[in-house]
Amino acid sequence: MKITVHVMLKPSVFDPQGEAVKKAIHGLGMENVKSARIGKIIELEIEGENDVKTRAKLEEICRDLLSNPVIETYRIE
Amino acid sequence: MKFAVIRFPGSNCDQDCYRVLKDELRQEVRYVWHKDTRLDEDEIIILPGGFSYGDYLRCGAVARFSPIMQAVRQAAERGQLVLGICNGFQILCEAGLLPGALVRNRNLHFICENVFLRAETNQTPFTSAYQQGQVLRVPIAHGEGCFMAEPRVLDALEKNNQIVFRYADASGKISSATNPNGSALNIAGICNEARNVLGMMPHPERACEALLSGADGLGLFQSLIQKP
Repeated sequence: MKITVHVMLKPSVFDPQGEAVKKAIHGLGMENVKSARIGKIIELEIEGENDVKTRAKLEEICRDLLSNPVIETYRIE
Repeated sequence: MKFAVIRFPGSNCDQDCYRVLKDELRQEVRYVWHKDTRLDEDEIIILPGGFSYGDYLRCGAVARFSPIMQAVRQAAERGQLVLGICNGFQILCEAGLLPGALVRNRNLHFICENVFLRAETNQTPFTSAYQQGQVLRVPIAHGEGCFMAEPRVLDALEKNNQIVFRYADASGKISSATNPNGSALNIAGICNEARNVLGMMPHPERACEALLSGADGLGLFQSLIQKP
């Protein structure tokens, strides 16, 4: 099964990359973009059932490896 | 004293640490490959700088799961001294052995320059040879050195005297102008509550020879050696 994990910086964390990209967007004539924030997508191809055990392990991996809970949140799709 | 310098794939400041300890300070030191699982109880452990695992995903995110880190955690829990420099600091934070996180420098630049640090406390095994408030000139070289933590964590670090180094100017004054990377409270280095684990972004091992831009970093290693 295909799983997509979205990782974003927590809203309280300043994103200098996002700010730089926002300014670049303004420079391209789209000045009504008020904010840009940059995250990560991790695509996983997982063999086996989408069962409770797999889901629990995946959550652990999201918390321990794929995201840093001090500064990021994640969402599994 | 005996030192163990851990090498992860991508570590590149291991040799500078080894050289200072072996050639300058004449201590017993060995390299430990990240896949090893053994650390001795009388070893002072150093996680050197570099780009472990290419900084993939996040700096130190993968290295924290290297086999050796189990032994590093156990050593830290036993009260053994653990020093993380630059990428080593990032690995310690990712591993939860130190609080907070290191993120991208505020101005997005990789900054490679000498900075001034103020030693905020000499009540650690890493800074006992310094005076409190002593100003040191030490190089930094990092793109992700901005220290962040939740307000209550920052409060605790201050209250418990766990902030060990702050970015300052030559006279020891602390301000946003003296902060190269946007770190909260100008934090350049912190220790854990038990004061046996220190993480710092600057490179003391690159400031141990007058010939090579200064020897203000030597005091840190001397503190470790003179430890009773």
